[in-house]
Amino acid sequence: MLLAGLFCGLCLGMFVARTAFAADSLLHKPAPAFVREDLNHKKLALASFRGKVVLLNFWATWCAPCQLEMPRFVAWQNQYGPRGLQVIGISMDDDPAPVRALCAKLKLNFPVAMGDEKIGGLYGGILGLPVTYLIDAKGAIRAEYRGQVDLNAIEAQMKMLLPKP
Amino acid sequence: MRMGPISRAGAIAMLAMLVLASPRCPAQIPGSAALPESAFSIPQAQLLQPEELNRLLQAKGAEKPLVLQVGSHVLFAEAHIQGSEYVGPGSQPAGLQQLQQRVVSLSRKSFIVLYCGCCPWNHCPNIAPAYWQLQNLGFTRVKVLYLANNFGDDWVSKGYPVERGR
Repeated sequence: MLLAGLFCGLCLGMFVARTAFAADSLLHKPAPAFVREDLNHKKLALASFRGKVVLLNFWATWCAPCQLEMPRFVAWQNQYGPRGLQVIGISMDDDPAPVRALCAKLKLNFPVAMGDEKIGGLYGGILGLPVTYLIDAKGAIRAEYRGQVDLNAIEAQMKMLLPKP
Repeated sequence: MRMGPISRAGAIAMLAMLVLASPRCPAQIPGSAALPESAFSIPQAQLLQPEELNRLLQAKGAEKPLVLQVGSHVLFAEAHIQGSEYVGPGSQPAGLQQLQQRVVSLSRKSFIVLYCGCCPWNHCPNIAPAYWQLQNLGFTRVKVLYLANNFGDDWVSKGYPVERGR
């Protein structure tokens, strides 16, 4: 039991992945609050998802690695949604039109809102994509992933944060 | 089946329209040839490492390049190289036109540095079309800032000078 606990702790620690700005790292801090309107003009407030594990993904339509991740995020929302996962997308595109088109094409099943330099600054500077945060049910950032990463690693960390089925 | 001259011309015109309208060639100004999209198309000799550009920008008395960011305007607003200007995105015709308008009155011997840093170099959709656009316009002193991962990792986190705002 003790060994299992130590192993889990080691795994959680390992999933820091690459953080680009050490001085601005949000790891283990409360996720900065935001309220936006999603592409369907519905209010999207991070605080409203307290109690769920949130996968917050910054992406853009021109970002090829971002588009490679999207099908997995859709699958995870379907598979882990009942266990309390909520995927949220923040697009760093300049205009919403291509975002709407790509969301429809990829059949995204989670809310997407337009980002800007303000929310980018809140999250330590989104100065390259993709960037993904895992936020636990209490609202703390437990992992951050910048750039192309192993999605299996994200999934493993996410499963550790979710309640057991 | 034999085609008359008019039918043949019509078929060729239709084929040309289909090629030009192809989504495989988004980085293109109407009437111009398609521009290479891969960042790897840029010759190695034209690449500048971040530390090199930083040294250049800091050096007293050295010729300072015109530094142009040709990627995302949102990311530019968050942080950009001190003194650089936004003229993008290079992956879109409107961005390339903006670039062309910015440089049209400049001497073709102007020292220009382009950069993007939106995502990993091997995936950047903006930098190559912008570079080749300037080549096609006859600019002979164009360098490209090589950002292997992204602007945050390869410039900002190194402590090189940045500004914020649009």
